[in-house]
Amino acid sequence: MSGFLLEMKNITKTFPGVKALDNVNLNVRAGTVHALMGENGAGKSTLMKCLFGIYNPDGGEIFLEGKKVNIHSARQAMDQGIAMVHQELHPIRFRSVMENVYLGRFPGHMGVVDHKSMYDKTKALFEDLELDVDPLALAGEQSAAILQMMEIARAVDMKAKIIILDEPTSSLSDREVEHLFKIINRLRAQGVAFIYISHKMKEILEISDEVTIMRDGQYVGTWPVTDDKGEKLTIDFIIKQMVGREMTNQFPPREGKPSDEVVLKVEHVSSPLKKSFQDVSFELHKQEILGIGGLVGAQRTEFVEALFGLRGIASGEIYLNNAKYTNKNPGYAKSKGLALLTEERRATGIFGILPILENTVIANQKNYASLGILNEKRMRIDAGEECKKLNVKTPSLQTLIQNLSGGNQQKVLIARWLLTNSDILILDEPTRGIDVGAKYEIYNIMLEQISLGRSIIMISSEMPELMGMSDRIMVMCEGRVTGFLNKGEYTQEKIMALATQFAGHKENAA
Amino acid sequence: MAENVSKTKKLFTVGGLVVLALGIILYFAKEPLGLNRKIYDLPVFLILIGLGFALKGFMSKAKSEDDLDLGSKSFGEFLTNNAILLAMLVLVVVICILQPRFMQIRVALDILTQSSTKLIMALGICFALLIAGTDLSAGRMVGLSAVISASMMQTATYANRFFPDLPQVSIWIPIAAAVLACMLFGALNGFLVAKYEMHPFIATLATQVIIYGACSLYFDMPPNNSQPIGGIRPDFAQIGQMRLFQGIYPGFPGISILIPISLVICVIIWFVLNKTVFGKNVYAIGGNREAAVVAGINVFRNIMFIFILASFLYGIAGVLEAARTAGATNNYGNGYETDAIAACVVGGVSMSGGIGKVGGIVMGVLIFTVIQYGLQFINVSPMWQQVIKGVIIAVAVAIDLTKYRRK
Repeated sequence: MSGFLLEMKNITKTFPGVKALDNVNLNVRAGTVHALMGENGAGKSTLMKCLFGIYNPDGGEIFLEGKKVNIHSARQAMDQGIAMVHQELHPIRFRSVMENVYLGRFPGHMGVVDHKSMYDKTKALFEDLELDVDPLALAGEQSAAILQMMEIARAVDMKAKIIILDEPTSSLSDREVEHLFKIINRLRAQGVAFIYISHKMKEILEISDEVTIMRDGQYVGTWPVTDDKGEKLTIDFIIKQMVGREMTNQFPPREGKPSDEVVLKVEHVSSPLKKSFQDVSFELHKQEILGIGGLVGAQRTEFVEALFGLRGIASGEIYLNNAKYTNKNPGYAKSKGLALLTEERRATGIFGILPILENTVIANQKNYASLGILNEKRMRIDAGEECKKLNVKTPSLQTLIQNLSGGNQQKVLIARWLLTNSDILILDEPTRGIDVGAKYEIYNIMLEQISLGRSIIMISSEMPELMGMSDRIMVMCEGRVTGFLNKGEYTQEKIMALATQFAGHKENAA
Repeated sequence: MAENVSKTKKLFTVGGLVVLALGIILYFAKEPLGLNRKIYDLPVFLILIGLGFALKGFMSKAKSEDDLDLGSKSFGEFLTNNAILLAMLVLVVVICILQPRFMQIRVALDILTQSSTKLIMALGICFALLIAGTDLSAGRMVGLSAVISASMMQTATYANRFFPDLPQVSIWIPIAAAVLACMLFGALNGFLVAKYEMHPFIATLATQVIIYGACSLYFDMPPNNSQPIGGIRPDFAQIGQMRLFQGIYPGFPGISILIPISLVICVIIWFVLNKTVFGKNVYAIGGNREAAVVAGINVFRNIMFIFILASFLYGIAGVLEAARTAGATNNYGNGYETDAIAACVVGGVSMSGGIGKVGGIVMGVLIFTVIQYGLQFINVSPMWQQVIKGVIIAVAVAIDLTKYRRK
């Protein structure tokens, strides 16, 4: 007996042109939280997909409680007691929460579903997880946090021995994270093992017992978070193991200052939807990075989408370089020098089945066309140069973008917008789900753009990033601007206070 | 990998030259050996195939390094990637053995002629498929276009004229009228899909019914009263019936004008899809509509254009059908859309959008015609032909999907 609940030994997986996993090991004990860390493209997701039966590994063995198992489908994985909560949840939106929880294993007899027992069971599960949600509510109307809890409830109900959490906190507010940790701790005490994938160091050190680090598809090592002498792992140590080098600075130094010239002026802009952004006003200066802080649900994304012409506005004025601007549509916004990097990379960013080349030039095709006919050679040269400048790791421009890691996909999307030579870059969570190395590269790109005379609006839910990169921070709460903080005067506490200004009202209203 | 690539190239070049040489030898040897009634035009086919492969070998050498990934695929992958094509080749060989008369240039030209209109239809419908839609109105547009063009192209002496007092108009006027009518309905399709984000299945279903109704109303106008339109002017019929190079050597049946017409359209569509902003936008909208919106692509305009362009092609197909058959009824083109969709899908166009190539569509159309023609040639009953056709569609798509699902 090895004492491990799960042992993955020498797992190898090759994709055309890429060795995604090269003899990787992962050993997880019962009743622990095991963090799996590594840069994007290190192979964490691939390893988990091998465990969960979505991929078949080319080599290696998996042992569960000492017994060798072969897992070829998600169903088999679940039967073995392995559950996975994906980073991006895809509930069946038009069905109830309880149907989503019991999907594929509805209680009942001879094909007739017993709704009553499903309701009661779901209710009990939710009570156990301290979740106040009506099992009959539509899944599509729930927040990301609740959907995640729904998945955990599902795992608990299936008596899962191992629960894989892939970036569970990437779209949660601090309070929701607290709730999640509470539930994790309780389940851990009951003997459930968690495999916890995250880029957030502090969280990892707070919640996990052991850390396994991967780099470039290879196993680097496993360390207890607190060793025998009671010494804790340090963030620096983890980063060093992840990137294979010392990372002295999380953020590149900012040189120069924003000018006084106002490039964008927003006055009292409101959404036609009552619950969305209301009465937003601000000025963006040339060569400024304006950070927008706030909790999930602060309507920051909705606001920038409206600015870019993806949503309508009911009232208010917008001025671009002192000229009136109307948010007709994205094509118009683009022609006026705006660029928007969206939050949902997969849903609204990449064209998965198209090559990198097309993905890079898609927003800028007009510049390569005469009479509608494209000059492929010039597209190739420009896309190649831009991707090289941004250090996109890919075998060729013909590679489908869906075969790249998240960080590299993001860099291609940034390349897309840089090619348009836009003056104002709107970046919505530019480093979401991206590893430390790629993050630093993206920060450098941002500063380079600033030095070229451009301006940036950056939405970020990561406090250090928001504070490290912004010249000024605008905080939003429940669709309203609750305050501005200048460089030097912001602290995490001040931002949080502004971001939760109306939180009390909401609870009263509810 | 590089070695593998050069091997494939060598294989193509050498193999092609060998087949070419064999063809030339047989060509001169068949008379003295008395093989004329046994192999018919096989030598000519061998020469053409040999030339084709040799050229392919030479051409791939000229291409740049990074485009040669294809050569490194394993043999098993090659089999699955070309399963239907290989099945067709096997069938052709079997038919040739059973019925050597199949190996005639006349037969090959017949197959190409029959493929022509189908190809034009398929090229139109592929646009709708590329944006993850479909177009059910295609067949009825053919009927509409055929009826309109034929109705204005009757000889002055014909008893049952659609427009008894119509003078001898230029041939282009009815063609333009027919194609424009189709484009109008194409615009309706596009508008419903783009403006209301209606699923193309429903939008084009509605249009299909409207077109058939409208076409029947027109067809039923007195004095015609729903009689088949006949007495077509010979100059109009020529558009579909003319044969080029007829009799350049004894017995040569001539190349139907439909073949060059469809070839030209094919090249144009290939160019549009691969070299123009519009073409790239079609793939982008099919690949991820939301992302296309964010990238600033005018989705409304592109979708409108997709359906108008497609209906333009159906209109052309309808005119050609009317000319070829020298007549028209309101039931022309009925069900053509299903054949066109099937050909596209067998040719590798994905129903979920974003994937599809002109070369594949040409292959898909040819495969269907060859199989249909071949089965008729060896007297397989039409009922069995239907069964086989259905099986081909299912198998082709199943293979295609496993290809993408492979991990």
